Amino acid sequence: MNKENSTDNKKSAKKAWIFFIIVLVASLLLETIMTPHPYFEFDGYTSFYAIFGFVSCVLIVLVSKFLGMFLKRKENYYEEDK
Amino acid sequence: MIFPPALILIIGGLFIGLLVKSNEKTMLNNIVKIIMLLLPIATLIMVWSVIGLQGTPEGNQIIGNYVSFASFKIMPIFIHPFTPIFATVFCLAAFSGALFAFNQINPLEISSAFIYAGSAIGATFSGDLISLFIYWELMAIASTIVVFCGGHNQSKEKKEIVEKSGLRYAYMHFVGGVILLAGITAHTVITGTAEISSLSFDYGELLSNIAIFDLKSIAIILIFIGIIINAAAPPFSSWLADSYPEASAVGTVFLSAFTTKTAVFVLLTVFAGTKILIPIGLFMVFYGIIYAMLENDSRRILSYSVVNQVGFMVTGIGIGSDLALYGVAAHAFCHIIYKALLFMSAGSVMYMTGKTKCTDLGGLWHTMKLTTICGIIGALAISAFPWTSGFVSKSMISSSSAYEDMMFVWILLLAASAGVFLHAGIKFPWFVFFQKDSGLRPKDPPMNMRLAMIFLSAMCILPGLFPEYLYNLLPVLDGGKLSYHSYSVEHVVTQLQLLLFAGLAFFVLLPMLKRTETISLDMDWIYRVVFKTILIHIERITFSIIAFGEKNLVLLVKKLEDMILLWHAPNSPMARSWMIGTSLLITSILLLLFLLLNYKTH
Repeated sequence: MNKENSTDNKKSAKKAWIFFIIVLVASLLLETIMTPHPYFEFDGYTSFYAIFGFVSCVLIVLVSKFLGMFLKRKENYYEEDK
Repeated sequence: MIFPPALILIIGGLFIGLLVKSNEKTMLNNIVKIIMLLLPIATLIMVWSVIGLQGTPEGNQIIGNYVSFASFKIMPIFIHPFTPIFATVFCLAAFSGALFAFNQINPLEISSAFIYAGSAIGATFSGDLISLFIYWELMAIASTIVVFCGGHNQSKEKKEIVEKSGLRYAYMHFVGGVILLAGITAHTVITGTAEISSLSFDYGELLSNIAIFDLKSIAIILIFIGIIINAAAPPFSSWLADSYPEASAVGTVFLSAFTTKTAVFVLLTVFAGTKILIPIGLFMVFYGIIYAMLENDSRRILSYSVVNQVGFMVTGIGIGSDLALYGVAAHAFCHIIYKALLFMSAGSVMYMTGKTKCTDLGGLWHTMKLTTICGIIGALAISAFPWTSGFVSKSMISSSSAYEDMMFVWILLLAASAGVFLHAGIKFPWFVFFQKDSGLRPKDPPMNMRLAMIFLSAMCILPGLFPEYLYNLLPVLDGGKLSYHSYSVEHVVTQLQLLLFAGLAFFVLLPMLKRTETISLDMDWIYRVVFKTILIHIERITFSIIAFGEKNLVLLVKKLEDMILLWHAPNSPMARSWMIGTSLLITSILLLLFLLLNYKTH
């Protein structure tokens, strides 16, 4: 995991990013040794899961950001009207 | 008559509550505490000896002993297909919770927690709706006390917040209990039996039956609503994240294990294959993710993630194929373990620092090494990382949706799996143990808390490495054992890709995820603000009506009084004495009128 080092200073953060990117590329390369058995057609395409994981998380972050504009309140919201 | 396993924890819990002292280091107190640890183990042994009496877990239900009560068969020991796996994991959760509590005993809390755990086990062994309901309500009462105990040794303000939250929790569950009771009563009266049997329904058909006031359908929908309230299904999801974070470090570990999972067990046994559960479950999955993304409190993040995980299970129950149902049971097992572990790591942080908010925490890995590692193991397990328990159970649910040709459900579950890694897998450990350095340097928690976390960490990894032991707890199908292979190169690689790139998205978007000191509005806003405002307005309107009435009533009475005085006061026309002549004249006129009228009618 990249977490351990990327905490405090930029130098170790950079190292952690390089390590993380190597792991990401490795996970893509691993796809060559497997034989895909897709459930449907589209999930058999190369790096479908990687792209899907990334895109769905970006969407989740954006949607929650958007909903947060309406839903977020100060911490003492329920107590303050006393 | 066999002794019901549930009673060991319920009766034992009562005695422990009376005997144990929180801070005494005497020999006697230590013995009581050790007996406390042994009770869940004794229950586990009892559970398996009862199951052993009936043979290994089987797909067919086996009737245990029963007593007759008011012409209904009461079966407190009845083995449903999924009783063994749920009862086992409930015992494990009670044991690890007790171990975690060992150094911070609050007699009332641990006693209620044991009764709560025992009732959950009792519910899994209930063969009839009446015993189920009794255990169900016992759980509601005991768990409410556990929530209230969160205010123990706290400041006055905090105590008040906990008490209000505990009351809201109680209202929600007691209302749910009444709805369930109404449904059970109607159902037993109409069908003449209290036996638990499948009540799965088709939504459209049921609605049209309800429209013509078909009592049987109304009973079913009432039972259904009563149960999904406990599963934190919409629109009742908010009670969970409202109350669990207010409980103590120990209390939350117990709370996270039983209420929602007992509801999952009952749905699994009674409503398997009810298609309306699929959209309900999918809603819960994304509700949990989005609210957890917005949340700042570490324990509330985990509470939202309980709803998210139960959403996976509810979806699986809706899909209803054998693989889906087995996946749900296996996932409930794994979920209870890793969620208890996550709450323990967050609870240890709270115990050592007194803080729970992400904005106050960070950099704890420097000194809380073991808590960090255990937290990460729990986070990986909930994310279904290969070689952890979540990987072998969650995949059963998502694959089953693909096998049933539910492409849309499969896509949403896959996106949600990535989302779980986002909110629970990375966000929780990142903001608590890493991110910026908060300057806090707490030590790891005391020995017993560390041991509890190590035990659960092992329980997260072992099923991931040896899934066959987990699958052995599942019932035997008609066609033999379930053949499901979670480990293939393809499955591992695709899951790694999904999770690693979800992680990439997290770190790329990290600037957007900066924590803010906020809470998020939820459905509880309706009863905490709207209902309150309505009540305040009703009060105001009532008061103004009374004030208006008071003011005008005085005027009205005054007018009446004037009128009466005008006619009846001394010397007024009606009261003054008249002259004899005038009286005679009026009397003669009246008599004359009478005579004329009388003459006319003849």
